[in-house]
Amino acid sequence: MVTQFVPDTDRPDAGTTSARRADGDVLHVTGLTVEYVTDGDPVRACADVTFTLRRGEILGVAGESGSGKSTLITALTRLQRPPAVTTGGSIVFYPRDGGPAIDLVTATPKALRALRWTSLSIVLQSAMDALNPVMRLGAQFADALRTHDRTLTKDAAWARAAELLATVGISGDRARSYPHELSGGMRQRASIALALACGPELVVMDEPTTAVDVVMQRQILAQVLRLRRTLGFAVVFVTHDLSLLLELADRIAIMYAGRIVELGTARELYDDPRHPYTRGLRDSFPPLHAPLTRLTGIPGTPPDLRRPPSGCPFHPRCPQRFAGCDTDLPELVTKGGHSVACRLHEPTGRPDPVPDPASGPASGPASARTEGGAS
Amino acid sequence: MTATTPAPSAPVAAPEPPVLAAVDVTKHFAVRSAVGARSVVRAVEGATLDLHRGRVVALVGESGSGKTTLARLLAGFYTPTSGEIALEGVPVRQRRGRVERSYHKDVQLIFQDPFGSLNPLHRVRHNLERPLKLHHGVRGKAELDRRVRELLERVALTPAEQYADKFPHELSGGQRQRVVIARALAVEPKVLLGDEPISMLDVSIRLEMLNLLDRLRTEDGLALLYITHDIASARYLCDDVVVMYAGEMVEGGPKEQVIADPQHPYTRLLVESSPDPGRGARDRDALFDADADGLGEPPSLIDPPPGCRFHPRCPFAMDVCRTQAPPRADLGDGRWARCWLHAADRTITQENE
Repeated sequence: MVTQFVPDTDRPDAGTTSARRADGDVLHVTGLTVEYVTDGDPVRACADVTFTLRRGEILGVAGESGSGKSTLITALTRLQRPPAVTTGGSIVFYPRDGGPAIDLVTATPKALRALRWTSLSIVLQSAMDALNPVMRLGAQFADALRTHDRTLTKDAAWARAAELLATVGISGDRARSYPHELSGGMRQRASIALALACGPELVVMDEPTTAVDVVMQRQILAQVLRLRRTLGFAVVFVTHDLSLLLELADRIAIMYAGRIVELGTARELYDDPRHPYTRGLRDSFPPLHAPLTRLTGIPGTPPDLRRPPSGCPFHPRCPQRFAGCDTDLPELVTKGGHSVACRLHEPTGRPDPVPDPASGPASGPASARTEGGAS
Repeated sequence: MTATTPAPSAPVAAPEPPVLAAVDVTKHFAVRSAVGARSVVRAVEGATLDLHRGRVVALVGESGSGKTTLARLLAGFYTPTSGEIALEGVPVRQRRGRVERSYHKDVQLIFQDPFGSLNPLHRVRHNLERPLKLHHGVRGKAELDRRVRELLERVALTPAEQYADKFPHELSGGQRQRVVIARALAVEPKVLLGDEPISMLDVSIRLEMLNLLDRLRTEDGLALLYITHDIASARYLCDDVVVMYAGEMVEGGPKEQVIADPQHPYTRLLVESSPDPGRGARDRDALFDADADGLGEPPSLIDPPPGCRFHPRCPFAMDVCRTQAPPRADLGDGRWARCWLHAADRTITQENE
């Protein structure tokens, strides 16, 4: 049931030809590279990103600031602006209706416009930035709805807006409100309803709940999950909060310095993180109920992408590095649906067997805090 | 009416008087709407809090619950509308001149945003030398150098020489927040108030900051107030938890009891809503309960609901909740909750409203 990676040798051809019809997949991202053009060398914010998104799946993308996750989604949605430029790779979108596959990297603005909202939509972190402050909510919905369905009358569009707001728990008469008249949580729910207005197959969510409180976060995500069950859209959910993704996502991609370093199901990543960075990230979230141990986080700071480290970008912070990590860049290798880019897991990579530290929730750093364990 | 935060599980300082105490502190802000109508925002209502030497109290709650206002009251940036703040037993009244300066010498506040709280035009050295000069009258380059180096080493920015001459923009977020902490430590405070000190930092470096705060408390005996919306990090660092909702304190006590067995319905909602990957393999639909629509949102503080401020969202709301504010009920072991569910059958400590 777990989707295999598309290996590099088997890439779908770029362009609008359906080189390979992937049953049950919405998106094949292959070797995506995004660079920021600067006066000096270009800064590579996304490097060789490859993943597959299945229909109706929630794929979490987790990473720290500067890991390239925002660059990735602006590239996915073609919302990037100079100086960001996609310099390589393809993003092939497979429409549900069996139409020809489309490479979003090379698609013309006109082709993209046809896809936006009906096939592909986005929810941004700040709803206030996504909603027009001088338009009533209903008018914004009607605007989007009538652009994509020319036959829709204004009254019908407003009626549909009220229905859509109701699906996220906002009463329909709020369609006449301006965005500033809503609370932060309601605004974010309204922008989710707006993203779903034309029944997209893929919704990209960029930290949609970072600006709201935990109680509201859970309510919003409960609604997203419920709508996904009925509407069947796939979600790319980007956040820095791995603890949330572990509960929410089907699969999770961990990004570091512009690369996916590990990708697997939420459970695999929690129970058996293979990349030392994933393990460090998992152990950076203190538990809410499990006995407390002293946690150390990950020493050091994320690399400056203007001067990326040689070899594996994580090696300067890695507790398990060995000879060669500073020169050889590990590739993302898939085994049993669980992919990792680390030389510890390359068959020929390590010189001598490195004991794989026991994994699992209880395997955090051992020394217990004095006041811990009062469970 | 002195507040009680006995916390018998505490290894230290239970009988010691609090370093900083807020007793029934209330803060109202007068605001004016766009059309000029005056109204009052009841930001903090009847807050009572003790900070003890070498102990960390976590103040948790949603945005708009009054956490930051309370921190600013404690830091002396606002004057309470009513109630009293006492530093080492002495009520703080005058907020001017030398008295104010000596207060800031004992109580320091760390802000959430390490990018906004350092002067970008000055090097780290200058940012650290100012409090030394102002509060301790340190003069002489050699002495200042020595003190700056000491401070940077205390917050693990080593080698200190390398950091002292950098500008804030040359530092990462975590390093900046360390400089902010070092600056707060420069005045040798007794109380450190952290207003979401880690929430703008990257996940992998948050723990270093929490461990640093923990060290300051154990090694230097600082009294710490840790304000956060992240209950898991509060549990990691603190000894006691106080939960705020809509400007009022609703529950408090030793952290493990409060988090593992919340007694106030709001605390329970907060704990259940917090992500906890350690919960084990539970059904995702159970974790994200689809019936959560009806839980509503925190009320307006201009016109808060009568009675218990949580009653419109409370699944256990009774008639009395809608009309009368619940008294503080002591539940033993230093725990208390402000909820009618507990007022009915327990010892009631009636607080004046």
